[in-house]
Amino acid sequence: MSSTKILRVRVESALCQGHNRCCSIAPELFEADDLGNSRVKGDGKVPPELEAKAKLAVSNCPEHAVRLAHE
Amino acid sequence: MNRDGKPGHPPVQDWATDFDHRDPSWIENPFPIWDGLRGRCPVARSDRFQDGAYFPSRYAEVREIAYDSEHFSSRRVIVRENKVPLTPSPPITSDPPEHTPARKLLLPAFAPQAIARLEPRARALCRELLDAIGDAKTCDAAVDYAQHIPVRLIAHMLGVPEQDGDLFRRWIHLVLEVGISDESVIMPTLQEMAAYFAAEIKRRGTHRGDDLISFLLDAKMEGQPLSGPHLQGTLRLLLIAGIDTTWSGIGASLWHLATHAEDRRRLAANPALMPTAIEEFLRAYAPVTMAREVVKETTVGGCPFKPGGQVLLSFPAANRDPAKFADADQVLIDRAENPHAAFGLGRHRCIGSNLARLEMTVAIEEWLARFPEFRLADGAKVTWSEGTVRGPRSLPVALN
Repeated sequence: MSSTKILRVRVESALCQGHNRCCSIAPELFEADDLGNSRVKGDGKVPPELEAKAKLAVSNCPEHAVRLAHE
Repeated sequence: MNRDGKPGHPPVQDWATDFDHRDPSWIENPFPIWDGLRGRCPVARSDRFQDGAYFPSRYAEVREIAYDSEHFSSRRVIVRENKVPLTPSPPITSDPPEHTPARKLLLPAFAPQAIARLEPRARALCRELLDAIGDAKTCDAAVDYAQHIPVRLIAHMLGVPEQDGDLFRRWIHLVLEVGISDESVIMPTLQEMAAYFAAEIKRRGTHRGDDLISFLLDAKMEGQPLSGPHLQGTLRLLLIAGIDTTWSGIGASLWHLATHAEDRRRLAANPALMPTAIEEFLRAYAPVTMAREVVKETTVGGCPFKPGGQVLLSFPAANRDPAKFADADQVLIDRAENPHAAFGLGRHRCIGSNLARLEMTVAIEEWLARFPEFRLADGAKVTWSEGTVRGPRSLPVALN
């Protein structure tokens, strides 16, 4: 894994059903829209200190709607 | 004989071919039954319910059915001995394409930011209930505490009197428990509810308040106001869905803490554990089991599903599946990875999930702040509800 790669979170809006787990676990990275569905805050870049929280947001989503990828 | 004086249900001989979620052993402790079925028969059957019933006990099949509205309709969301005429309560009983607009109009009222505004009221009413318990040596945590919290908060949201809570609980008991075996109680109860809401709607006339009934009176779905039956059906849903369910969630959490001193001490000493503890109580003691009706023949988990059949869609059983959750039978209040299905999966995710979490969190925080030391009362007889929603209905505890 190259250190120049950027880690980024994403919410698949077609899959998100508004369980709100990612927003509770990582409010720095996710927020709810007016309907209560999740969206990424800002550009979704995950700083190293939030990497663990981002992984938990992925593994706790009941709908498999949260994704984490190196770009 | 059961408590209503009717002949009881014959004891279950074989859970795979003759399951009955009204059986006393299921009501008392369903987990070993589900564990046994997962290994030998992932989709159990029963002819005790009209047109046959199916019970998938593994996460994979529950998930597949929850996502499959082509073969499995939500028009019946409770498995009943005898089917009753369809009584739409949008959006819970809606299938695509009607489901999306009916749900979307409600979503803003239940979004996290809208529900967070209720926290001060939730906290205040928990403290009022704890004040009423005062310095008693014992109390019933289900009757004196848990049951009042969702009733009062939903009454507050709907803009109806909190004192009508006994009426609401009676209606819910008739529709969700008694009505599973005795359908004759359902229609009169629904009529009573309709008359109650009609009076509330009339009272609002042209003068709206800041409440959910007023919100629905002014709501537009695809540009049109809601029809009378749609409005009544949604109001019935909002009243029924948010009371027994959260009462059960709070009660089951308190039952766990009353019977597991180590977890109780750990949580009281370390409130930072509250979020994972609440999610774990939701997983392990998920109160709500839903239903589907098979509308097109299909196969799930290698098992055939015939049209007309009723599916007992048990999110609680899915949550206990060791193929999905490590140490599924253990309650771990610091469980980090917990994508449980307590609020359902797919398009019908419980619209009140943010409200339920707020109520459970505040209720447990306030209880532990007042009674950090409590346990089951000596000789306590804990009773659990029957049917679709599982939680303690009597929970005698010794305080201090």
